[in-house]
Amino acid sequence: MQYTRTVEALKEGTVIDHIPAGQGLKILRLFRLAETGERVTVGLNLSSRHMGSKDLIKVENIALTEDQANELALFAPKATVNVIENFEVVKKHQLELPDAIQGIFACPNSNCISHNEPVQSFFYVKAHVNDTKMKCKYCEKVFSKDIVVEVR
Amino acid sequence: MANPLYRKNIISIPDFSREELELVVETAARLKAEPSKNLLKDKLIASCFFEPSTRTRLSFETAVQRLGGRVIGFADGGNTSARKGETLADSIKIISSYSDAVVMRHPREGAARLASEFSAVPVINGGDGANQHPTQTLLDLFTIKETQGTLQELAVAFVGDLKYGRTVHSLTQALSLFNCRFYFVAPEVLAMPDYICEELDEKGISYTLAASLEEVIPEIDVLYMTRVQRERFDEAEFKKIQGKFVLHAEMLRHARENMKILHPLPRVDEIDTDVDATPHAYYFEQAENGVYAREALLALVLNETV
Ligand SMILES: [Zn+2]
Repeated sequence: MQYTRTVEALKEGTVIDHIPAGQGLKILRLFRLAETGERVTVGLNLSSRHMGSKDLIKVENIALTEDQANELALFAPKATVNVIENFEVVKKHQLELPDAIQGIFACPNSNCISHNEPVQSFFYVKAHVNDTKMKCKYCEKVFSKDIVVEVR
Repeated sequence: MANPLYRKNIISIPDFSREELELVVETAARLKAEPSKNLLKDKLIASCFFEPSTRTRLSFETAVQRLGGRVIGFADGGNTSARKGETLADSIKIISSYSDAVVMRHPREGAARLASEFSAVPVINGGDGANQHPTQTLLDLFTIKETQGTLQELAVAFVGDLKYGRTVHSLTQALSLFNCRFYFVAPEVLAMPDYICEELDEKGISYTLAASLEEVIPEIDVLYMTRVQRERFDEAEFKKIQGKFVLHAEMLRHARENMKILHPLPRVDEIDTDVDATPHAYYFEQAENGVYAREALLALVLNETV
């Protein structure tokens, strides 16, 4: 099974699997995984029995926290996040939409004060029936999730 | 026990509970009836206008001085270090170290919230870009209470630019805590934004989108007028709606006796001057009430008990 093989290769770190194909590089960039200095392996357009094709990211020596995993839920709600220690899965994160998300996305409002000041962006997240809304803590504007996620 | 607004930042109307709104309104009424010269004695208020707004600034500074406080600050941020590239965060750290509270207006949305995160003293928002202007809403509430004797279950019509008018959004949110009913009268392109209507739906508050000003006048206790800016339309469009959202004295024949007309001012031509002499006109008193509402807010933020 391909899944066990990819986990096998990693001694310590995190495997983010079942990312919708095309989202892998975006996740890499927004979570600044490449800037960690650790070895990162990325698989794009891998075949998946359930999803058709998928992306996958392995980061060595970094254990994603619950909060970070939940932030992933915004654009890859079905992703699996497994933390590996000594070749074994020690934690399978259940992704839940976070109440708030900090420092990942820039505010789409160009006149928002958060762009020019020494603060991290901050959005309150609220799930609606067909959409997830994000409200900027600073300018108080409410955006559809897709608009915030597309910025940058 | 300290009042609930003591040492609080005043940033945005949705931060207020119903009780806090009532407290400001009651305190404003008290200060209007019995002026107090000492509530800000020995207090120094920084009045920081990173963009000019003569009306708001004079109203705040009058409030401070009437309560015995002193003011430092600037009227036009174009001349300050912000222009040299200093962050707002740094400016506020320094200014708040001199003063007991900071009143500020800024052209960017979110500026007051951000300032409150860096300030050592309470920040009072005097307007942040197109976002919030909470003291306008507080003076509107005070004026409505003063003219109607209550804020409960009133019928309130908003007329004009309901899309961009931030005072209209905040006042709707505030009055929705008091079970008011709303009528929205606006050209289609300047209609109330969806998110406000959705909030009302969620709270089960009834509102009516009305086509004309005249049909709502007999139904309401408060008529809140705003200006429809010509720049929002092309010429042909403007011709079509021109005059539809303008109030004349003869349109008030079937108004309730208690009905009052409010307007955040300045008006241009959306309220004909022949309305001024009717018993329904109340917009100049409303502007005067701005000083009492700001007095109340400053007094509550800077005194444990008022
Ligand atoms: Zn923002």
